[in-house]
Amino acid sequence: MCVGVPGKVIEIQPNAAGVTMGKVDFAGIVKEICLAYVPEVKVGEYVIAHAGFAINTLDETEAMEVFETLKQIDDLSELEIPQP
Amino acid sequence: MKYIDEYRREADAQKFIAAIQRVVTRPWAIMEICGGQTHTLIKFGIDRLLPQQVTLVHGPGCPVCVTPLELIDRAIAIARRPEVIFTSFGDMLRVPGSRDDLLSVKARGGDVRMVYSPLDAVKLAQKNPERQVVFFAVGFETTAPGNAMAVWQAKQLGLQNFSILTSHVLVPPAMEAILGSPSNRVQGFLAAGHVCTVMGYWEYEPIATKYRVPIVVTGFEPLDLLQGIYMMLQQLEAGRAQVENQYTRAVKRAGNVPAQKLIAQVFEVTDRKWRGIGEIPRSGYRLREEFAAFDAEKRFDVGSLTAQESPLCIAGQILQGLKKPRDCSAFGTKCTPEHPLGAPMVSSEGACAAYFSYGRA
Repeated sequence: MCVGVPGKVIEIQPNAAGVTMGKVDFAGIVKEICLAYVPEVKVGEYVIAHAGFAINTLDETEAMEVFETLKQIDDLSELEIPQP
Repeated sequence: MKYIDEYRREADAQKFIAAIQRVVTRPWAIMEICGGQTHTLIKFGIDRLLPQQVTLVHGPGCPVCVTPLELIDRAIAIARRPEVIFTSFGDMLRVPGSRDDLLSVKARGGDVRMVYSPLDAVKLAQKNPERQVVFFAVGFETTAPGNAMAVWQAKQLGLQNFSILTSHVLVPPAMEAILGSPSNRVQGFLAAGHVCTVMGYWEYEPIATKYRVPIVVTGFEPLDLLQGIYMMLQQLEAGRAQVENQYTRAVKRAGNVPAQKLIAQVFEVTDRKWRGIGEIPRSGYRLREEFAAFDAEKRFDVGSLTAQESPLCIAGQILQGLKKPRDCSAFGTKCTPEHPLGAPMVSSEGACAAYFSYGRA
C-alpha cells in the first residue's frame, strides 16, 4: 500500500470539483492521478504516485546522490592497501 | 523506466555490499519499518548478501496486517448490507476476518469492489445516488492524503451516500512502542520513505535522541536500501544516533505541507488498536467532528462483534520483529497466500507473503 511508483506527468487539468488532476505515464501505462498535493508540478516532470495521488515531485539533482556516494566508495577502495 | 532501472544495477549493489563489509565489526539488528521495503529486500536477496553480523528485522509497516480483526468483521457486516457498495484497495479483500473475508461476501452476491484510488469511490457515489458507497480507509500516513481528499471532496459535492470505515495508523508511535518494549532488539530503524514523503522526518528527531537510536529515511529500490543500510551501519559503528535522509529525491525534512494541511483538516489523532500488537496511544487518525457524517461506523449500526484470531497464527510476534515467518508452524503448510490464516500472508507488504513468494520456506 505504501509502494509509490514514479511516473511522468503528461497532462494537467482541474476536475469538476476544482481539484487539480492529471494524466501520468508509468512506463507506458497512463493513469488519472490527483495532482492537488504537488501544485508546483509541470508537464514533463516526474512524480511519486500512490493510490491515485501524487505525493511529491522527484528531485532530479537529488536523484544522482546515490551515484555520488558510489563514486566516493570507489575512490576510497582505490586508496585502501590490499591486505596480504 | 527512469527512477527505477538505474537503482537496480547489480554492479552498483555489489559496491555497496563491499563497502558495508568494510564498515561492520560486530553484530547489529536493524528494522526496516515498511513492508514494501521488506519485499524488495527478500525479492532481490539483499538480506543474504549482507555480512552475517547484520540482522534485518521486519517491521509493522503493513497496513493490511495491523488493521484490527474487529474492524475487518465490521467491514464484512457493512458489505453484506443490500444498499451498500463496499470499496477497498485490493489486498484488503482477502484478509481473513473471524469467519470470512470480503471476497467471500462478494462471492455470495455482496457488492464489493476493488478501487485504485479513494476518489474512484467518490465517483461511484456520484453515479449511484440510490446506493450507499463505503470506502475502507486503511493505511499509514501515505494513504492519509488521498483518504482526506476523498472525504473533503464528498463534503464539497454535498454527497449524502459516501462514507469511510477508518483504520488509519501512524509510524512514530509504533516505533516508540517497539523501542519501549522490554523484548526489543532493534538498534536502528530504516524509516519508511513514502510515509516521510508525506510527513517529513522532523517527528523522528526526538525519538532518535530519546532512545539513542539512529534512523535513516530510506527508499524502496535495491540501491536505496543498500545505501540506507550502509548509512545506518556507519552511524551504529561510530556510536551516532541521528536522523539521516537517504531518499532525498522524494523526501524533504518538512514533508508535503499541502497534504499535511488537508489531513489535519479532516482527521485528528486518536488511540488505535493494532492487530497483533494491541492498543498504542495516539497512534492513528479518526475523522474530525465536522466530518462525522462521513463516518461509516456511525452510519451503519452492525451491533457488537466478537473477533476470533486463528490460534495458530503468530502474526503479532512477526509484526513486532520478535519472530520470522519460518518460525511459524503453519507457514507454507496450513497458511499460504491462497488460504491465509493471518494478514501478513495476504498483503503484498506482509513479511509472510514475501517469504512465501520468493521461496524462503
